[in-house]
Amino acid sequence: MAILLDRDTKVLVQGITGKEGAFHTLRNRSYGTNVVAGVTPGKGGQDVEGIPVFDSVKEAADATGADASLTFVPARFAADAILEAADAGLGLIVCITEGIPVLDMARVYNYLRGKDHVLVGPNCPGLISPGKANLGIIPFEICAEGSVGLVSRSGTLTYQIVNELTQRGIGQSTCVGIGGDPIIGTGFVDVLARFQEDPETEAIVLIGEIGGSDEETAAEFIRQNVTKPVVAYVAGFTAPPGKRMGHAGAIITGSKGTAQAKAEAFEAVGVRVGENPTEVAELVQATVS
Amino acid sequence: MDLFEYQGKELFQRHGIPLIEREVVTSASEAREAAGRLGPVAVKVQVQVGGRGKGGGIVLAKTPEEAENAARKMFEEGFKDMPVTRVLLERLVDIRHELYTAITLDRSEKRYVAMTSSEGGIDIEEVAEKTPEAIRKAAIDPLLGMKQFHVTRLVGGFPQESREGAAKLLGQLYEVLLANDATLVEVNPLAVLADGRVVPLDAKVTVDDNALFRHPEIAEYQKEFHVDPTEARAKEKGLQYVKLDGEVGIIGNGAGLVMSTLDVVAQAGGSAANFLDVGGGASADLMATSLEVILSDPAVRSVLVNIFGGITRCDLVARGILEALQRIDATVPIVVRLDGTNAEEGRKILADAKHERIVPAATMLEAAKQAVDLGKAAPSERSV
Repeated sequence: MAILLDRDTKVLVQGITGKEGAFHTLRNRSYGTNVVAGVTPGKGGQDVEGIPVFDSVKEAADATGADASLTFVPARFAADAILEAADAGLGLIVCITEGIPVLDMARVYNYLRGKDHVLVGPNCPGLISPGKANLGIIPFEICAEGSVGLVSRSGTLTYQIVNELTQRGIGQSTCVGIGGDPIIGTGFVDVLARFQEDPETEAIVLIGEIGGSDEETAAEFIRQNVTKPVVAYVAGFTAPPGKRMGHAGAIITGSKGTAQAKAEAFEAVGVRVGENPTEVAELVQATVS
Repeated sequence: MDLFEYQGKELFQRHGIPLIEREVVTSASEAREAAGRLGPVAVKVQVQVGGRGKGGGIVLAKTPEEAENAARKMFEEGFKDMPVTRVLLERLVDIRHELYTAITLDRSEKRYVAMTSSEGGIDIEEVAEKTPEAIRKAAIDPLLGMKQFHVTRLVGGFPQESREGAAKLLGQLYEVLLANDATLVEVNPLAVLADGRVVPLDAKVTVDDNALFRHPEIAEYQKEFHVDPTEARAKEKGLQYVKLDGEVGIIGNGAGLVMSTLDVVAQAGGSAANFLDVGGGASADLMATSLEVILSDPAVRSVLVNIFGGITRCDLVARGILEALQRIDATVPIVVRLDGTNAEEGRKILADAKHERIVPAATMLEAAKQAVDLGKAAPSERSV
């Protein structure tokens, strides 16, 4: 099962002819991901190692039956690329691109609100269902197939914790890097709900960091809806407090966004919080064995 | 990017928002001349932090001499440990009411939210906490925009005579937000003058760094901000570097992993001298620059390099470390932990080099402990 992504997912890659796009497309394909098409405007008719390239997402989807997109399109065009994928009817849209203006993402998010598309990212490493398919830039070599679902705001910290799990013989059902931007598509809550429903997932790891109030929201969701064991990690206990202008942010969230506040929110709902990545893996090990 | 008040007001002016007569100065003598033209003024330090009112950053001056003295003190002493390069002088006005308004991005709801309060000028966060009903809020869908009904509701708590002016101003502030890719536009206080005009006395504007490519004129404002020279050098190379107070120099890839490394160093009994994220695809040259940047800090007594290779290849990281050590004379131990893509090759490159300063570590926790312990054992340049 896993969530969101499996062997049958038919993937097209937006920005496939770029350096990053081509490199990771081929890596994903070598892992078993069913990459059926690429899109780069103006390069329709070409191919990347046998993967046909189209000028638009619609043409690519119509010709190949693709149902998911992986986007490496540069930041200033990436918001449009997401909208194009949605317009073509793709169900899963994964945007790796870093540096998209946040007001662009505010419009994209609200356009997608209430529709059936699942957007992962932007500014994320993507997701992997180990042993099945990889959709993004997570180094699959460190993953193993198993029953722990992992959701994270951070890229390399995800790799660190996945690696610690795999080294202890604990495999993963799906690892989802949701990205660290102020506005992202899929959040902790969406992924937690999917893991809760997924029969293959037995325990959940949540990796958060300072800033915003998404971890606090996730804690409340866990209290009400998640019966599977959850282990959390929060990075940034000793991070310097950011210089802050204005008060509007604090007024709307009512949150200080500190690692301490987030860890306390998790502990208050029975989620165990690891002090460091190693302890997270140890807590998971104690939970699943 | 947080703008200075006077820069925010320049944006306000471009969108037709009425403002009080004002001048920006760069020296005490200019302040004297400007005050001569403006009359009694508020002398306002230009900094990228809040708390100016309480912290002595706003001084009322009746005469040009008083303005000159106030400005001189700001330029000479700085504000909250930051150097001051600009001071704003604003003509004193007769204020009848002090209100509050802001429009910002609500990242949890993914909408904009506009807020008003008739209790402006004081600690608005305290107002929000103690009397939340004193703050009116309207969630604004970015696809719909700010509508008249939002505005009517938002200004409904303001004194009757100010509502029309405030309503117009709210529309203009929303334009400022949209047109400049701002994530925050805040005015506190928003003044109702004795003659009924509604004017911003302050301007706090934060512009999205990711959108500066389409606002070259705002990007220019950065030149006026004080930047630590080491941080500037790091930024030039695309490195995220923040100087901290500890003694363990930190290099990592990815913000989350670097934050986690800082935490682990603290758990091992040390404290980090910096935050440095080399980002994805750390090349030999980037690693070399990173080490140079960190070792230029005399407080650093050991260095911890914590790399988890995804896109980043550990063999290139290892070569970068060796290249850096040819360019600079490192006097402190450098603990290196490599994992992920090409980690074995990277470890072998370092082992073969047999450099006297390089200490390999197998895990993140072990690396942190070694960096802390070796740092404590090493002689401090500070104590010499």
